[in-house]
Amino acid sequence: MTYDIVLAGVGGQGVLSMAALIARAAMAEGLHVKQSEVHGMAQRGGAVQAHLRLSDGVIESDLIPRGAANLILSLEPVEALRYLAWLSPAGTLVTSANAFVNIPDYPAQEEVLRHVRALPHAIVVEAERIAEESGDLLAVNTVMVGAASHLLPLASASLEGAIRTTFNRKSEATQAANRVAFAAGRRAAS
Amino acid sequence: MPQRILLGDEAVALGAVHAGLTAAYAYPGTPSTEILEFLLDLEERHGGPHAAWCANEKTAYEAALGVCFAGRRALVAMKHVGLNVAADPFMNSALVATHGGLVVAVADDPGMHSSQNEQDTRWYADFARVPCLEPATQQEAYDMAREAFDLSERFGVPVVLRLVTRLSHSRTSVEVGEAREQNVVRKAPQPSTWVLLPGNARRQWQALVDRQAEITATMAASRWNALTLNAGRRELGVITTGISRNYLRENLPDLGWEPSHLHIGAYPIPADKVRALAAHCERVLVLEDGYPYVERLMRGLLPPGVAIAGRMSGEVPSTGELSPEIVRTALGIPVRAGVALEGFVLPNRPPQLCQGCPHGHAYTSLKEALLGYGATMVTADIGCYTLGALPPYSAIESCVCMGASIGMARGAAEAGFSPVAAVIGDGTFMHSGIPSLVDAAAANANMTLLILDNQATAMTGVQDPLVTSSRLREIVLGCGVDPAHLHVVDAHPRKVHENAAVLKRELDHPGLSVVIAVRECKVAAKKRARTTTAVTS
Ligand code: SF4
Repeated sequence: MTYDIVLAGVGGQGVLSMAALIARAAMAEGLHVKQSEVHGMAQRGGAVQAHLRLSDGVIESDLIPRGAANLILSLEPVEALRYLAWLSPAGTLVTSANAFVNIPDYPAQEEVLRHVRALPHAIVVEAERIAEESGDLLAVNTVMVGAASHLLPLASASLEGAIRTTFNRKSEATQAANRVAFAAGRRAAS
Repeated sequence: MPQRILLGDEAVALGAVHAGLTAAYAYPGTPSTEILEFLLDLEERHGGPHAAWCANEKTAYEAALGVCFAGRRALVAMKHVGLNVAADPFMNSALVATHGGLVVAVADDPGMHSSQNEQDTRWYADFARVPCLEPATQQEAYDMAREAFDLSERFGVPVVLRLVTRLSHSRTSVEVGEAREQNVVRKAPQPSTWVLLPGNARRQWQALVDRQAEITATMAASRWNALTLNAGRRELGVITTGISRNYLRENLPDLGWEPSHLHIGAYPIPADKVRALAAHCERVLVLEDGYPYVERLMRGLLPPGVAIAGRMSGEVPSTGELSPEIVRTALGIPVRAGVALEGFVLPNRPPQLCQGCPHGHAYTSLKEALLGYGATMVTADIGCYTLGALPPYSAIESCVCMGASIGMARGAAEAGFSPVAAVIGDGTFMHSGIPSLVDAAAANANMTLLILDNQATAMTGVQDPLVTSSRLREIVLGCGVDPAHLHVVDAHPRKVHENAAVLKRELDHPGLSVVIAVRECKVAAKKRARTTTAVTS
């Protein structure tokens, strides 16, 4: 079994923290993990992606081959569409509905979401609203991991465990918000 | 054996630590930065080995050289273009009888994700005639870093460890071994082998050349150079170097058979193994993430005895980084179709200055000051502020190499152009701007230098500056700048017009002037606030 995830977003949004949560859960299940990251210039508000590969066998390439990704998990709808060439026709795109507008030619948001929804397998999540309702606007990443949790080859308990470990040195409120955010994200995508 | 999750860069760092590292030096540069970041963190938590950022790659290299002169093991890390800056100590350190092990970890950036070129460090190792190891995986990065120190001490030369972006910045689990003790302090026994006066240098150079046969034989026989011949099929053989092996293996299931294969991870190249592969196969495909280094050596000048496919013949694109798809295509396998996006044009999202970045305010002032002249010229440098070349600022017109802004402005002024402004950050100024400012001051060049002092090396992840703002002013004065034409201003958004007036006045001054615009990087300020809270809480 190999499960390939392209994670997308805008530099500064937390693409790497989303990848780290899933990677942590996968390792707890004894899977091999390779996580290819973008550092440097692109992190300044540019398009950012990470490739996360999970497998019960050896993982060769650090990069996911085109047409092979099982999942695109994106914090931003335009960024979700940027990597469609990597998505297997059987794969799923899960994206936050919330636009991050830091360019002058950002298209109309409805237009973007219409193209997302027209894809064969796409899930759009109101991530910011859910994060806010969960008690922490910063928990958007956790909401999105929750939304993807049905698709990942990982037990929900492993992901919850990874969230616990990741936030165990944060305030009680942050920990609680992330627990709620994961569950709410999961519900939103079910 | 214990497992650790490590970036390729971190695997190099930990391998060095376990090889008995005493000290590591570096200048930050993507994709190499995390090597020293890892070591700084380790030193903070465990008290050693010593790790320090330096003013530039040359000073970092020389500090490392001193460690090995004292008999201990040193690591120096940099990005590929950093080795240009450190080329002088690098080339000459190949001639001295390095004593403690010296490993030069250089991270290349094929595809230029965060760089001005995609030069291939394997040429440098060849140029200096020293061994080079090129890991394909994070595990190899760890293992090779350890081994590189032994090779360095055995042959008395620095050993290059060549990384590429995709390995440097990908993390996975690595099996780590026992740590070796550090060497004791013991000065190099024959100081004359370190005094490269012509008489000694000739002897040392001859010794290095004489050692080549042994170095080449050892590296060729290395376990990192593996040849497997497919006895049944001769139509294709593949040579991979570094991470291209991963892309080959990724695609083999779809190829359906295993061509004869030579993997090269240790240089100088294993010529006999290359010949054995070529003798066995009708066609050899060469896959290298970087320049066609092996391919060019194979082709030589005269027609080769075997068909060679690679970057030079077009089966692999002549520039850019490799990918699973490029290798797939070169193997003749169709690329898998992804999901198509029809009727929608994706906007680009280039990187940009953070909201409220002080560089933005400084650029607004500069542009205002330059209004009203006919033609103007703004040379610039390398850092976050290079993004000022893009809209909405479009404020700068050059970015060539670290420190080039000042020298170029001087030259343009002396060519008769006016007004000329140069823009450089505080980190880049310390790195290699100072000598050019000395030149410009001695010549009283008709130019205005704008130093953007944001108190951080921000682009590479906000490293602390080596000097504070107050000392920066003294350094500028010490270069010979006239105090009447040196101004320190606050790059505050409310002071944009005031600062523009200062710049305008100095642009009109027929001689050298310097304006230092001070304001802390937003990200650095946030980071400082976080660490202060962490310390107090
Ligand atoms: S990191 Fe700092 S210097 Fe770089 S763009 Fe952001 S605020 Fe400006």
